[in-house]
Amino acid sequence: MLLESERHGDALVVRPKGAWCVENLAQIEAALAAVPRGAAARLLVDYSGIEKLDLSGAWLLHRWLDAGPEERVDQNDAPEHFAFIDDVLHQQPKEHVPPPEPRLTVREALAWIGRNTIWWLRQIRLSIAFLGRVAVNGVSALRSLHSLRVPSITRHVYETGIQAIPIVSLIAFLISVIVAYLGAQQLKLFGAEIFTVDLVAIAVLREMSPLLTAIIVAGRSGSAFAAEIGVMRLNDEIDALQSMGVNYFEVLVLPRLVGLVIALPLLTIIADAMGLAGGALLSSTLLDISLAQFLPRMQDALAPTTFWAGLVKTPVFALIIALVGTYRGMQVRESSRELGRLTTVAVVQSIFLVIFADAVFAVVFVELDF
Amino acid sequence: MSASPSPIISIRGVTNRFGRQLVHDRVDLDVYPGEVLGIVGGSGSGKSVLLKTMLGLHRPNDGEVRVEGRDITKMADAELLEVKRRYGVTFQHGALFSSFTVAENVQLPIREYFQASQATLDALTELRLRMVGLPIEAGSKLPSQLSGGMIKRAALARALALDPALLFLDEPTAGLDPIAAASFDELVSYLHRSLKLTIVMITHDLDTLIATCSRVAVLVDRKITVDTLAGIMNHPHPWIQEYFHGPRARAAQAAAQGK
Repeated sequence: MLLESERHGDALVVRPKGAWCVENLAQIEAALAAVPRGAAARLLVDYSGIEKLDLSGAWLLHRWLDAGPEERVDQNDAPEHFAFIDDVLHQQPKEHVPPPEPRLTVREALAWIGRNTIWWLRQIRLSIAFLGRVAVNGVSALRSLHSLRVPSITRHVYETGIQAIPIVSLIAFLISVIVAYLGAQQLKLFGAEIFTVDLVAIAVLREMSPLLTAIIVAGRSGSAFAAEIGVMRLNDEIDALQSMGVNYFEVLVLPRLVGLVIALPLLTIIADAMGLAGGALLSSTLLDISLAQFLPRMQDALAPTTFWAGLVKTPVFALIIALVGTYRGMQVRESSRELGRLTTVAVVQSIFLVIFADAVFAVVFVELDF
Repeated sequence: MSASPSPIISIRGVTNRFGRQLVHDRVDLDVYPGEVLGIVGGSGSGKSVLLKTMLGLHRPNDGEVRVEGRDITKMADAELLEVKRRYGVTFQHGALFSSFTVAENVQLPIREYFQASQATLDALTELRLRMVGLPIEAGSKLPSQLSGGMIKRAALARALALDPALLFLDEPTAGLDPIAAASFDELVSYLHRSLKLTIVMITHDLDTLIATCSRVAVLVDRKITVDTLAGIMNHPHPWIQEYFHGPRARAAQAAAQGK
C-alpha cells in the first residue's frame, strides 16, 4: 500500500509509503484514487514513510495533494523534488485549458459537409493545375534537348522498364497459361479445343498484357515515384532546386513521365510475346495442338488491328501512372506518415484509373469496330 | 572538481574500426556522477560513434564499456534494455517521431515500459513540458509545427520521460540562434543542478561548453584527452590549441568573461 490515510476530526492524515517512482505508476494511480477527498478541512502529510521517490512520483503526489480544497499541512520536511516542482510551477503559472467538448449539432454537420466539399473542390483544382503545369512544361521542354534531360529519361527507362522485365514476363506467362487452361476445359465440351488459340491470342494481345503490365508497373514504379519525390519534399530538396532556379517539373516530373511512356509499351510487347508463348506451351502439352498448328491458327484468329488495339492503350496507362505517382509525391508535407499514406494513395489511384481507362477504351473500340 | 571514486560510465580500451579506418584507438574515459562532461572533436573524429558506443547502440571492436559497473558490450539484449531505461538521449536533429504529437512522443517511452492511465500520462507529460519550458499547448502539436528551439526542448522532454539519472545530448544547441542556444544552455544547467543529473554532451558550441560543462573530453588523433575546461585550454596539442584559441574561441571566451 503506497498511501495510508486516517481521519482525525476535521483533518485527513495521509502517509505516503514505500517506492513512489515511475516503475510503480499503476500502483500510485490506484493508491491516489482510493483516498476520498473533499470532506476534511485540513490535509496533514507525513512524508517520513517514503523510501524511494523520483520526479514522476513526486509530481503525481504533489498534484494530488494540491488538487483538493483542503489546506495542506506538512508534518515533516517535504521531499527535495517538491522544491523543484514548485520552482517549475512558479516559472510557468498553472493555467487551465479546458478540453474542447465534442459537439454534434446540425450546424457542425453542415460545417463538416461544407469543409469537405471545399476540400474536394480544392483537390480537383490542384490536380488540374498540376496537369496544366506538366503540359506547359512538357511543351517548353520539347524546344531544347537540354531541358528534355535525356540522361534522366534513360535512367527511368532502365529502372521502370528493363528492371521490370523478369517479373512482367513471368506474370504474363503464368496468366496466359491459366486463361488457356480454363478456356480449353470449357471449349472441350463443344469439341472446339482449337479455339483456345483464338481465345489466348486475342485475350493476351488486346487486354491481358497491357492491363497486367500497367498494374505491375503501377505497383512497382508508381509507388517509387511517389516515395522518391516525397522524400525529396521532406528533405527540402525541392525547395533547394527551386531556390537554384531549377524548374523541378522539368527535372523530376517530365523525365519520369517520358521514361515511363517509352518503357511501358516496350514492356507490353514483351508481355505479349511471353503470353503467346505460355499459350503455345499449354496448347502443345495439354491439347495436342503443336506449334506448327498453333501459329497458322493464331495468324487466322488475329485481325491486323488486334496487336495495335492493345498497344495503343499503353502510353495512356503510362501517363496515368506517372502523373498520379509524381503528383502524390509532390503532395507529401511534414511527416513520414504522410509519405506512406500518399504512396499508398498513388498506387491505389493509378491502378483504379488504369482499369477505368481500359474500360473506356473497350467501349470506344467496340463503337469504332476497331 | 569532485571526482568521486566510482564512475557512472567507464570506458576502457575501446577500439572502433570501420573497414580500414581506425576511429578510436584504445580510448579510456570516465564519467562521474553529477558532472557535465562535454565531448568535443573535429568533424569525423568519431564523437557520434563514441556516444553510440556508450549508449550500447554500437558494439566496439574491442574494449569494455561499463555503465554503473556492468559491461554493456557483453550484455544480453534484455539486460541492456534495463540499462537503456536508466538514461535519456536527445539526438542532433531532435529525432521526434514526426507522425506523433509532442505529448505522444513524451508518453511513448512511459507507455512502452509501464501501465498507466491516460490521465496519469497526461499529468506526467505536463510536468516534462513545464520542466523544459514548453507551453502546455505545445503538447498537442506535431513536430513539424514547432520551431528549431522548441524541437530541441521537446526532444529533451522525451529524454526526461523515464526520470533518467544519465542524460546524453548530441549537439543540443546546433542550429539554434544564439538567444535560443543560450537559454537552452541555461535550461541544461538548471536541470543539472536541480535534478542532480549526470550529463554527457557532444557539442561544437564553445559558448555551451563554457556555460555548462565541468569537464571536457577532446577526441583528437583517435585518442581522448580529458581535463577541466581550464586545464584543457592549456594542453599543448596543436589541434586543441587551435580549437580553444582560434578567433572564434577568443570571442566566445571574451563573452564569457564579460558576463
